[in-house]
Amino acid sequence: MNPFRYQRPATSEEAVNAVAAHGAKFLGGGTNLVDLMKDNVERPTALIDITRLDLTRIDDAPGGGIFVGALVRNSDLASLPHIVENYPLLSQALLSGASPQLRNMATLGGNLLQRTRCYYFMDTAFPACNKRIPGSGCAALNGVNRIHAILGQSDKGATSAETCIATNPSDMNVALAALGAAIHVVGPKSAKRVIPIAEFHRLPGATPQLDTTLRPGELITHVELSAPVFAKNSWYLKVRDRQSYAFALVSVAAGLEMSGGIIKSAGLALGGVAHKPWRSAEAEKSLAGANPTPEAFRRAADLALTGARGYEHNAFKIEMAKQAMVRALTLAARGTDQGAQA
Amino acid sequence: MSTDLVQTETEAKVQKRSSEESAERGFSRRTFVKSAGVLGAGVATGLPHLVAAETAAAVSATTPQTFRATFVVNGKSQQLTLDTRTTLLDALREYLDLTGSKKGCDHGQCGACTVLVDGRRVNSCLTLAATVDGSQVTTIEGLAHGEDLSPVQSAFLEHDGFQCGYCTPGQICSATALLHEAKKGQLSQVSWETGKSSAPALTDDEIRERMSGNICRCGAYPNIVAAVRQAATRAAGASL
Repeated sequence: MNPFRYQRPATSEEAVNAVAAHGAKFLGGGTNLVDLMKDNVERPTALIDITRLDLTRIDDAPGGGIFVGALVRNSDLASLPHIVENYPLLSQALLSGASPQLRNMATLGGNLLQRTRCYYFMDTAFPACNKRIPGSGCAALNGVNRIHAILGQSDKGATSAETCIATNPSDMNVALAALGAAIHVVGPKSAKRVIPIAEFHRLPGATPQLDTTLRPGELITHVELSAPVFAKNSWYLKVRDRQSYAFALVSVAAGLEMSGGIIKSAGLALGGVAHKPWRSAEAEKSLAGANPTPEAFRRAADLALTGARGYEHNAFKIEMAKQAMVRALTLAARGTDQGAQA
Repeated sequence: MSTDLVQTETEAKVQKRSSEESAERGFSRRTFVKSAGVLGAGVATGLPHLVAAETAAAVSATTPQTFRATFVVNGKSQQLTLDTRTTLLDALREYLDLTGSKKGCDHGQCGACTVLVDGRRVNSCLTLAATVDGSQVTTIEGLAHGEDLSPVQSAFLEHDGFQCGYCTPGQICSATALLHEAKKGQLSQVSWETGKSSAPALTDDEIRERMSGNICRCGAYPNIVAAVRQAATRAAGASL
């Protein structure tokens, strides 16, 4: 690990000023950043410890939603009665991720910025990774790519500066995408802006080194959840190699707004398949006004996976994602409080 | 049980912070935030605004940086000047001779390094020592009351919840926190899967899920589950 300065600012403004130093980074729970620093994937010159900033509040938002402070820890958020009751999808997704110890450490803002688990990104022994070293190529394309993307990837060959088939590993982000969350940030000169979750994470495009649309120096202050519409009918389904404490091969956040036995609206996002939580407007639209039948769910799943393309080790994800979607929608229709084994 | 002492102190501190905060501001969801324990911001009060180890101008990328941190470990205040890169695990093992906490993977994947910081279980290998400045840390060495083992420690002995013992300090710290979390009504993924999103009982499935952050290469899992089950049952009985 390279040497770094450690600073603990008292206000968001001080934090934003401090992070302006070359190579400085914010430190939240540290579960991802410190891990990557140990392997020299991340080499910050300074860590700006923001964990004691006053960003742990939960407040009412206009229109019946809530603001959640960026430093609320994942474990606290998952069991908060207001979240359990109104945003069970978020509670489920948070509890699907990592371990109790890591959830105790990890923050809401940090989880939004979690970096990919691509083996070639995480291991500096591989010279080619456009995300780690822009322009170096992509070792995953012709390597072991079981956990990699099937949707929205950049693929111009293993030596192209644009190629990246990494996935976003977060569970929480998938639920936030289905819920249509909004990310509030503050930047230099106290400039505030609100980024819809759909525009917060990005596809690799021609700049795979960028995970998000955050600008330099911007600090996530809180996340806004709009008035709950999926509280009664939602489900987060995570498919992985072991039952607990593993990253998703494929995950689905499904929310249904039901009215008289008919689907009024749907929120649907896929995890483990793309560089960002994959939300399909076409799939959601196809469910609006439909009866909650297996046929309707399969139709939505087919629409969501339109254009999917697999590689040597991950082609199975295409059908797996469709079946996971049908199952998540089936469980959501049955009712959040019913449980998967009921 | 000695961890109750630490947790009680922690809770008292947390409650105090919270009431200080609510006195300052009147936010609408304060009450349920407090009840769920989403806290921590107020701790900065009284600490220096900028704990920079060195001035920015003097820094080069190859110069080791140091900082001074004060934290309480197993009831005893400790002041250490450390390289900023030092993890809590290394501070405990290498500087305080508390070698009970183990370094397994050193990447937050095995749980052997689990300790309690302000009553919460964390991976000390991913926790920078600088960040626990002002906190209460409890390690495996701090769970017993003199010669009296904690209920979780006794249960692990009774049920032979280990073989080589390397993961055991982490397992026991983790299980100790698990009981506290369950008492507060915290959920797990199993709670949702079994339709028990309100006050789930600690079934074996719940215990397995809640202990999943602690790996045991010897495979003593059945006995670990039995030990946690017994400690949970006794804890429930004691509070009646």
